[in-house]
Amino acid sequence: MKIRAQIAMVLNLDKCIGCHTCSVTCKNVWTSRQGMEYAWFNNVETKPGIGYPKDWENQARWRGGWKRKRNGKLVPKQGGKWAILANIFANPNLPEIDDYYEPFTFDYEHLQTAPELPAAPVARPLSLVSGRTMDKIEWGPNWEEILGGEFAKRSQDYNFDAVQKDIYGQFENTFMMYLPRLCEHCLNPTCVASCPSGSIYKREEDGIVLIDQDKCRGWRMCVSGCPYKKIYYNWNTGKAEKCIFCYPRIEAGQPTVCSETCVGRIRYLGVLLYDADGIESAAATEDVKDLYAAQLALFLDPNDPQVQAQARADGVPEAWLDAAKRSPAYKMAVEWKIAFPLHPEYRTLPMVWYVPPLSPIQSHANAGAIGMAGELPDIRSLRIPVKYLANLLTAGDEAPVIAALERMLAMRAFYRSRQLGMGENCEVLDQVGLSLSEVEEMHRYLAIANYEDRFVIPTAHREEAENAYALRGDCGFSFGNGCDSGEPKSSLFGGKMGRRKLTPVRMLEE
Amino acid sequence: MMFGGYLNTFLFGIYPYLALATLVVGSLIRFDREPYTWKSDSSQMLRKRRLRLGSNLFHYGVLVVVIGHFVGFLAPDWAVRWALDPAVHQLVAMLAGGVAGLIAIIGLSILLHRRLGDPRIRRNSRKWDIAIVLMLWLQLALGLLTVPLSAQHMDGAMFEVMTSYVKGIVTFQGGAADLLLGTPMIYRLHILLGFTLFLVSPFTRMIHIWSGMGALAYIARPYQLVRTRRSLAR
Repeated sequence: MKIRAQIAMVLNLDKCIGCHTCSVTCKNVWTSRQGMEYAWFNNVETKPGIGYPKDWENQARWRGGWKRKRNGKLVPKQGGKWAILANIFANPNLPEIDDYYEPFTFDYEHLQTAPELPAAPVARPLSLVSGRTMDKIEWGPNWEEILGGEFAKRSQDYNFDAVQKDIYGQFENTFMMYLPRLCEHCLNPTCVASCPSGSIYKREEDGIVLIDQDKCRGWRMCVSGCPYKKIYYNWNTGKAEKCIFCYPRIEAGQPTVCSETCVGRIRYLGVLLYDADGIESAAATEDVKDLYAAQLALFLDPNDPQVQAQARADGVPEAWLDAAKRSPAYKMAVEWKIAFPLHPEYRTLPMVWYVPPLSPIQSHANAGAIGMAGELPDIRSLRIPVKYLANLLTAGDEAPVIAALERMLAMRAFYRSRQLGMGENCEVLDQVGLSLSEVEEMHRYLAIANYEDRFVIPTAHREEAENAYALRGDCGFSFGNGCDSGEPKSSLFGGKMGRRKLTPVRMLEE
Repeated sequence: MMFGGYLNTFLFGIYPYLALATLVVGSLIRFDREPYTWKSDSSQMLRKRRLRLGSNLFHYGVLVVVIGHFVGFLAPDWAVRWALDPAVHQLVAMLAGGVAGLIAIIGLSILLHRRLGDPRIRRNSRKWDIAIVLMLWLQLALGLLTVPLSAQHMDGAMFEVMTSYVKGIVTFQGGAADLLLGTPMIYRLHILLGFTLFLVSPFTRMIHIWSGMGALAYIARPYQLVRTRRSLAR
């Protein structure tokens, strides 16, 4: 057994209000640059919908993630090493920028400079890629916001597999939920495996997956390898970029920008100890429905003295072992089993987990015939079909999702009766197998969601790995070569040799 | 005579060494000092259409051509003679090189048309991106033009001259340049442009060829890579 630690994230979808604060703060900090306008390290999708980039969950089309061969070995779905090298000149599975959306601005200057006209002047959209005016904006980063667009298109959503989806197109039956997405910082990442230059790596100390910008050669295999489509090709610098889990903040013990700014307080960050030697066999589990359980089995109990001893031997610092005992991620994923990985069937063992959302009781059930299962309303009368959530979170296995939703309903029922002075309704807890102390803790984490409960992040001991004295007065986080922006103005070898033009924001004479 | 006398000595005796030295030293300096600019600089993300066909045709064609040049010109005599006499060797080179060159130039023409004709790609091309494509296209065209020229003398004598010249350069024979006196202009232009491509490589996207060779190391490495900062602490 080789124990490693990772800062894992859990998102409580039950409380996500789809405000996009996470996306916008992330964008402002990390991707507000030429070449990355179209890229959102964090984005929030309205489900059901085809998402961003379009149809990303359809791996028959994009060929991301892993494939289990007959002999039980895993190969990237886009092909083994030789196949990847053979496709190096043109990646057949690479999305085009239009699959995300063509980044645009508006010709605001025209509003100032237009001559006197019979009609009010209009700011026409301008492409940030070609600089030309666009007739019409066809797609954007969040085109399906709150069920925008027709159902026929949105119903292409991959998670409708084995769901009678036609009835959900009707107004009375429609449902929606938000799905914030970022890099999953997987235990078995396909992006790392697909990189011919070996520039992508997972950090042993905190599990963050990063791209070495100086080693990336722009072969683009990671973009197609990642089934979540969370690696973006910077078309200006010719390098791939991805969510960095705000590692400069994490190292200092601060939450990521998306977590820090989440107004709904839905994000949790905490340490998970896992058995690194078990990753390969867990990811190669034969039945995709068993992948959730297989990954869960990799997570180790931080209170077990044997685990602690082995972790110390493997170099996990004491502060991290302490933090692991208080980890919200461990409580939600392992103790209460209310959090699930996103699309475990991709076999990447993702480390950003989701608490499924509760939804209102369907109106026809509400009108009289609510199906009750003991003390709780029947999960199947919830508006969001359980099968849909199961397709999203457990490769289609409904049982764990039902158990999680019942626990959340039970917590609500218990607290409703307690706070209305109707006594302690312990039967409802017995029905879902929760103890009184567990439900009180669950309530504190889910409903109150204190800052110090949500974010338990031990600091990295960077000073032990680097000569900090040599770093004084140095630049902090920057792109390119040290303090250099990486785009020298006049270097013989520089990126800007031909002075690539910034797209001028003005109307072209046509 | 333009290429006569010492101009000939400079262009074919000295310039090749300047070009090769620039290639090696320039690449090393760029790799060391500007790793962030070291990339293949693909434009596939901006426009998929026609890239897949053009790029594959060009790259696979040109790989055969380049490897053919290296093997054909640099293989030692004893390794070739037992199997091929010069005339047959020339025929093989003409056929294989001709077909591969044709495939490459078709692909490159598609890429050139795409680079100049597509507004997205045109806008985001540096001057050198376009210049290098034009140079490569011209070089392929010159190379292909030598095929009908060689067909006029199938005895392998001209082929021998070229082989001796290349081997002369590689083995630092002082008089190698004189071998080219009196040879057809197309051969000499092809050689000159070839060394010029070496010369400009470190300053253009051509450096990705090194990384293409480096990518072969991918075959031998494990799928997953983990980096640690703990090594210093232990």
